[in-house]
Amino acid sequence: MSIATPRPETWIRTSSAGLYCEPGDFHIDPIRPVARALITHGHGDHARAGNEQVLATSGTIAIMQARYGELAGGSMQAVGYGETVTVGGVVVRLLPAGHVLGSAQIVLDYCGSRVVVSGDYKRRPDPTCEPFEPCNCDLFITEATFGLPVFRHPPDIQEIDKLLHSLTLFPDRGHLVEVYALGKCQRVLALLRRAGYEEPVYLHGALIGLTQLYETLGIPLGPVLPLAGIPRDALKGRVVLAPPGASADPWSRRLPDPRVAMASGWMRVRQRAKARGVELPLVISDHADWDELTSTLDEVAAGEIWVTHGREEALVHYATKAGYRARALALVGFEEEE
Amino acid sequence: MNRFAALLDALLFTPSRNGKLRLMKEYFASTPDPERGWALAALTGELVFDEAKPNQVRALAAARIDPELLEWSYDFVGDLAETVSLIWPATGGAGHVPDLAEIVKKLKEASRSDVGRLIEPWLDALDPTGRWALLKLVTGSLRIGVSARLAKTALAEWGGVEIDRIEEVWHGLVPPYQPLFDWLEGRSPAPETGDLPNFSPLMLAQPLEDDDIPSLDPQDYLAEWKWDGIRVQLVTRGRETRLYSRSGDDIGTAFPDIVEIIPSDVTLDGELLVLRSGEVASFNDLQQRLNRKTPNAKLLHDYPVAVRLYDMLREGDEDLRGLSFAERRQRLEAWHAGAPRPGLDLSPLVPFTSWEELRELRDGARERGIEGLMLKRADSLYVAGRPKGPWFKWKRGALTFDAVLMYAQRGHGKRSSFYSDYTFGAWRGDELVAVGKAYSGFTDEELRRLDRWVRNNTVQRWGPVREVTPAIVLEVAFDSVHRSTRHKSGLAMRFPRIHRIRWDKPFREADTLAALEELLT
Repeated sequence: MSIATPRPETWIRTSSAGLYCEPGDFHIDPIRPVARALITHGHGDHARAGNEQVLATSGTIAIMQARYGELAGGSMQAVGYGETVTVGGVVVRLLPAGHVLGSAQIVLDYCGSRVVVSGDYKRRPDPTCEPFEPCNCDLFITEATFGLPVFRHPPDIQEIDKLLHSLTLFPDRGHLVEVYALGKCQRVLALLRRAGYEEPVYLHGALIGLTQLYETLGIPLGPVLPLAGIPRDALKGRVVLAPPGASADPWSRRLPDPRVAMASGWMRVRQRAKARGVELPLVISDHADWDELTSTLDEVAAGEIWVTHGREEALVHYATKAGYRARALALVGFEEEE
Repeated sequence: MNRFAALLDALLFTPSRNGKLRLMKEYFASTPDPERGWALAALTGELVFDEAKPNQVRALAAARIDPELLEWSYDFVGDLAETVSLIWPATGGAGHVPDLAEIVKKLKEASRSDVGRLIEPWLDALDPTGRWALLKLVTGSLRIGVSARLAKTALAEWGGVEIDRIEEVWHGLVPPYQPLFDWLEGRSPAPETGDLPNFSPLMLAQPLEDDDIPSLDPQDYLAEWKWDGIRVQLVTRGRETRLYSRSGDDIGTAFPDIVEIIPSDVTLDGELLVLRSGEVASFNDLQQRLNRKTPNAKLLHDYPVAVRLYDMLREGDEDLRGLSFAERRQRLEAWHAGAPRPGLDLSPLVPFTSWEELRELRDGARERGIEGLMLKRADSLYVAGRPKGPWFKWKRGALTFDAVLMYAQRGHGKRSSFYSDYTFGAWRGDELVAVGKAYSGFTDEELRRLDRWVRNNTVQRWGPVREVTPAIVLEVAFDSVHRSTRHKSGLAMRFPRIHRIRWDKPFREADTLAALEELLT
């Protein structure tokens, strides 16, 4: 950074609606409708309806339109990964974040100063989206959902094997796997297929729309069927995907003696899994774990780190000890759910 | 070690008994010796490492991990072994993964100062689940919801033998139980039980139904009171003494005051009770003793226990199980009279001539410590298990009480989508006070109806619990009610279950706390 370049905090800050870039006059993932919004990815706590102008990847825009229809936003501008657009005096570029289909980091260049907003991200390969692309910057604004060193996600395949083994051990029980509707559902499907599982997988109605969208966008997920109308006995030893909480709902009585699994990074902590009544915790996360968070800080080589949401204090503590200038932003409106 | 760790992990998360059995059977079938034997020892609580302590684990972690990160993580996770297992910095392909046999052997030989040095390379080599299992094993608290009995049941089902056969040979064996596995896999005959203070599997009683009575001749039976304590077996052979629970677990350390008085060269069957100058105290008092694995002097003094004997299975080298109950009873009485037996008294026989007379005796017995009657055929041999006919238990009729449904909680496993655990209350003035909780006694159809009602009448939710509008009256049946400091009402019921759902009864007309207090024993 030369003497003439502005410090990041002079042109990017938090406002009541979230993260705000002054010279570009836009918000990133605002929590209430604004005139101009840049959206990192399609999860409901990041992509909200009703902004006048939206700029995001085509994948994210498709997801928002599938979820919100007409209300998704006034004008929707799709930007490809790596393309640049200038908004105000700010050059904007989207890079893959590896979180879910369409997810992006937002790279902002202004007068020789570069800020990268990670959005939610992960570093391990995911067959349903483009891998995270690290980008050097002056300020890295990172998430910290799993910002504690107890969170180290195991290899995906190990967790999928647990599920497949359970199908053989409990062939008379329906396996109800709770997954988030966007990203996790499709990733679990893709991982099952990679592990050689070719049987149909049954879906709760709330998961069907986005799963079809993934297929339309060119992500093959193998045979999936709606659960509706399937006789209970036909579900013995089968995999049924449903949104979190479905096992507590009378809906789950359509399964024979359901064995409840959940695919989430939170499953790493046994008491959390037990408290949810989960019998088969699958530690599969779409967020960076502790090692990924800390190694990414080193890789992007930013002098300064802001931590947006999650367990900020531990990551700030780590970054400070590692010689970075670091602080917590404590943005509101983001959920603990993945 | 990884297989064993995966087993513990799966057992922890699987609530149902059948699910746990299936997991253990699969493990025994697919794991080589001696690993599975050591695992069996861990599951049955026979592996104890005296020199390993939680603070050694804490010290290891503190040496490797930033203290603030460790503290935040511990706050979040809430369990030391789990926190350390997750936070332990992976060193990447470090060292050789130890097997269970090696871990046990080295830990047994280690002195307290060695334990840390021993564990550290293992923690480096294992994955997080392996580390968790190792730390649970080392610090001696598995807490995975598996009793010794359940582990042996899995072993019996896998090996295709009766659980009683396992119990018989069990106490002559030591981990890793190679002769046991050899026998169960058909490579050798059953292990010799030898001259050891073994547990003799118990003879149990069937409940007496009203339909049974007409076909039974009162002259064939002897009656005793059914005491509200715990069934125990007292055994000595040579200098070896054992106090066994109903399931064959050695509970001697919890009752040193009984172990001290077990007479030589006998096997006795009786009821362990808190007795104060010959008076049986409530089961609640006994519970104070059952809650402690090792009692202190105050507890021993405040809750004095004794055994009320009702059968004798062996005297000297003579096995009495082939004699009739009447003959065994005579032997027991003669033996008891032969010397002073402090702390051991005889459960008296209850004379009667007709079932009617006996029924009146049973219903009239409101004194503390009596649950009902035991009926034993005078000619019955002592047969392990629960044969129908020779022995009956005839419980006193249940007490009932009309309570108001206050809270409902979701169940587990098959019932995870049902609000199936009900907390109910009694009136104290205009206020409802919770007096108990029940989760059985209703039909599937009633459960569906209650579940629907709970969902439609919720006023507040806390996680899996819902507070409901007071409206439903539950007729609750229970065996007895005691004073308790655990509940706000100051009362606790034994074996409460839903007897009827009184959809018809106005909730204002449910019973009062004062009415329940009148039933105190």
